[in-house]
Amino acid sequence: MAAIPVLAVEPEIQSTRTFRHVLNVIVRDPLALASTIVILVFILMAIFAYQAAPYPLEGAGKTNVANSLLAPNAAHPLGADRLGRDVLSRVIMGTRPALVVPIGVVLFAVLIGAPLGAIAGYKGGWIDEVIMRITDLFLAFPSLLLAMAIATALGRGLHNAAIALVVSWWPWYTRLVRGVTISLRERYFVEAAQATGVRDSVIILRHILPNTISPILVQATVDLGTVILAMGGLAFLGLGTQPPAADWGLMVSEGRDFILKQWWISTFPGLTIFIVVLAFNLLGDTLRDIFDPRQYK
Amino acid sequence: MTALLEVRDLYLEFKTSRGKLKALNGITFTVQPGEIFGLVGETGCGKTVTGLSILRLLPRSAALVGGQVLFEGTNLLDLSRSQIESLRGSKIAMIFQDPSTSLNPVFSIGSQIERVIRQHMHVGRRQAHEKACSVLAAVGLPDVERTLGSYPHQLSGGMQQRVMIAMALSCSPHLLIADEPTTSLDVTIQAQILKLLRELQKKFAVSVILITHNLGVIAQTCDRLAVLYGGRVAETGSSRDIFNQPQHPYTRGLMNAIPRPGGRGARMATIPGTVPSNPGAMTGCAFAPRCGSAMPRCSLETPPLFTIGENHSSACFLAERK
Amino acid sequence: MLRKLEFVLRRLLTSIFVLVGVSIITFFLARVVPSDPAELYIGPKARAADIARVRKQLGLDRPLPIQYLYYMRDLLRGDLGTSIGTKQPVLQEIMNRSTASLELLFTGMFLAALIGVPLGVLSARWQGKFLDVVVRTISILGVSMPAFYLGLMFQLVFFRNLHWLPVAGQISTSLRFTHPIRPITNFLLVDALLTGNWIAFKDVCLHLILPALTLAAYPIGLIARMTRGAMLEVLEQDYIRTARAYGIKDGVVTYLYALKNAISPTLTVIGLTVAFALTGTFFVEVIYAWPGLGSFTVKSLLNIDYPAIMGITLFGASAYVIINLVVDILQAWIDPRISLK
Repeated sequence: MAAIPVLAVEPEIQSTRTFRHVLNVIVRDPLALASTIVILVFILMAIFAYQAAPYPLEGAGKTNVANSLLAPNAAHPLGADRLGRDVLSRVIMGTRPALVVPIGVVLFAVLIGAPLGAIAGYKGGWIDEVIMRITDLFLAFPSLLLAMAIATALGRGLHNAAIALVVSWWPWYTRLVRGVTISLRERYFVEAAQATGVRDSVIILRHILPNTISPILVQATVDLGTVILAMGGLAFLGLGTQPPAADWGLMVSEGRDFILKQWWISTFPGLTIFIVVLAFNLLGDTLRDIFDPRQYK
Repeated sequence: MTALLEVRDLYLEFKTSRGKLKALNGITFTVQPGEIFGLVGETGCGKTVTGLSILRLLPRSAALVGGQVLFEGTNLLDLSRSQIESLRGSKIAMIFQDPSTSLNPVFSIGSQIERVIRQHMHVGRRQAHEKACSVLAAVGLPDVERTLGSYPHQLSGGMQQRVMIAMALSCSPHLLIADEPTTSLDVTIQAQILKLLRELQKKFAVSVILITHNLGVIAQTCDRLAVLYGGRVAETGSSRDIFNQPQHPYTRGLMNAIPRPGGRGARMATIPGTVPSNPGAMTGCAFAPRCGSAMPRCSLETPPLFTIGENHSSACFLAERK
Repeated sequence: MLRKLEFVLRRLLTSIFVLVGVSIITFFLARVVPSDPAELYIGPKARAADIARVRKQLGLDRPLPIQYLYYMRDLLRGDLGTSIGTKQPVLQEIMNRSTASLELLFTGMFLAALIGVPLGVLSARWQGKFLDVVVRTISILGVSMPAFYLGLMFQLVFFRNLHWLPVAGQISTSLRFTHPIRPITNFLLVDALLTGNWIAFKDVCLHLILPALTLAAYPIGLIARMTRGAMLEVLEQDYIRTARAYGIKDGVVTYLYALKNAISPTLTVIGLTVAFALTGTFFVEVIYAWPGLGSFTVKSLLNIDYPAIMGITLFGASAYVIINLVVDILQAWIDPRISLK
């Protein structure tokens, strides 16, 4: 008997919103447009950090004690910190860990969580029970607390903090994808595929997962903002990037003792975190309105 | 006899992302005191929004752009917000299609009915409670006290609809608008509810506007009716007249389409074509494209309601001669 | 009534299972993940002999399941280990500092609910109007703001620039001598009230404002958005149309009929924000030098006080599980449909 072709049934992909449509909406909405531009600017800053920073070596950590606690002036628009390092350069150099690592964290959280959620939702039964119990267990911890404990157990450092956040974040995507899968499971195209003998793994991979892309995308965009905040928080607590490297959260912590007199050391990196997170949240909101205006959760 | 309700030339538009949707295009009909009046038509003909328009329960995107709704002589469209609010539930009451979603799930039946009673009748708690008990008994619900203390999801569909009818009748309204009251119920329950409506209509001396797409329901309950198509009245008259001698081609088509026993093997009659999506945007008679008796004039001029007999009118040029 | 009790019992059972699971994960982190747990438990300045002793004490040479049993035995006895930094039992340190943190947490969450829920409701009621825009702006600013940054900015503006509010601490140091508060519950606000110590009460309030607001910023943003969303969804429902069809006054429809339905998802959100607030106390307490559990946690993190960190994690997670249990039970009381699942 001839092998049944892998895609005996054409997968019904629900993406009625094409990339073009998304671009159209963004361009017309001033807030969304501004957010996208801001994000693009920061991405460029991350890529060209060494070129963009006026004092790249100081950005990386080289001290310049002569300039210690310098107020903002022409040569140093954002002032200098306790070790005389140019704050502007440090902020620019800090863009790389601030963006790249959260993107990685969200990516891995999705890669781990989404398939688990799809399997749980599709198979049901004891597999579902087991996966859901494990998910509930991880979600029982307030996320930053778990991340803190894991980061401590693994040892200080940027990569360990990232791992900690991945472990804290994946359950959310499992829940999300499981919900979508359950609602999709009853749909005809899935029944049709099953009836023609398409294997379960193929059904999940080709039929179900592609339909989860838009809710995941919306959630991921907003999560990027939250993860950036969390990383900043961990760095502030000393669990993230270690000195002398530049990191926004770390810089806020370093400037804390000087907040009342040399306010610029903490203010500018903190403001940067705020602006980037705001941009991601606004963009995420717009995406949510496009893909599912009813979803308020 | 002065009519209880007179709808004259009602025009309704919806603002949508694709432009203006003209849902009602000159609806005209009258309801007499003490009768059951049917509003029948397919989905999208405008019967539900007509019902909603009487009480001005339309969403923000809707605008009544013409016509009058005369209730006991007063034009409801001229009333202020608070004036129409005081009429709702007290002089005119409405019940909806799906009783399971029409009752507030987090409040007990009793609290919902009693609030309505207290607001419109200005009585105290105990009197409201007694009135609620009596009206629940009138709709045939057993164990009145228990029902009053229950929550909507604890009752069956039929019981929920009885509760809705009870709430509607609690303040002794003059007019009851029933929007597809039996559509989401089992057939056996349907029959019970219709029977209940007929009995209560006589007992409470209330006029009923029964909105439905089911001709069988109309035949069982209504004294007079109006057939709606494309946001306009196609034909109106007494049940007997319309069922026995339908004049409008659309009504005729509907009657033909009813499957009759003994017709096995014969092809079922249908009306070719589909209902127009924006009938107000069409020139001429909205039914013309599907009509077997269409004349060239029909696509150019909109036929008004021509009187055929006593209380029997049809909006069709074929009726003009008579 | 019986059904509701059944629900409570079931939720209680689930919570107990979750608590056991939490202990397993924490055990894993505490004993299994680090390369040498004994060394971490004793601190960096230990000698080889001490490390060997602790290793025996913790049972690290035994198989894992036995280790876990010892761990659970200690837990149930209330032994969370000894802090390296303070040399006191961890549980005692936690209990000593809890009241200050709880006071901050309660005030913060209370403010968050007090401000967030009405903002959300009004925003839904006046959808599309100016008020709605204002509330949505506040919400998104709130959820984007790093707590530690906001705290520093508040200190800058309200203390240094405006001189309105104190910069740090729970109470002015001078008051400790002039108007000391007699400890009854160990909650400063409550004790000051109970003993009629108005001067101290006012002082503590002033000290509480900025930290509580800093803590509440993110929850306010989140709660306002979610409440707005829930209200909007409820206002579209058939039963709201029915209420309007019976002439029920607009105020009653919005603030009673709609709100009671929207309150359930709102409570869920409030439960979630408590998680954030719990971890938010770390930053807020550090910045405002608040003598609570949060600043103790941060100190422990900086000193790598392993027993303390693990003890706090376990304690915090357990507290969170219990809070969620309470929120769930509250929801079941309000929404009669839930307990009948």
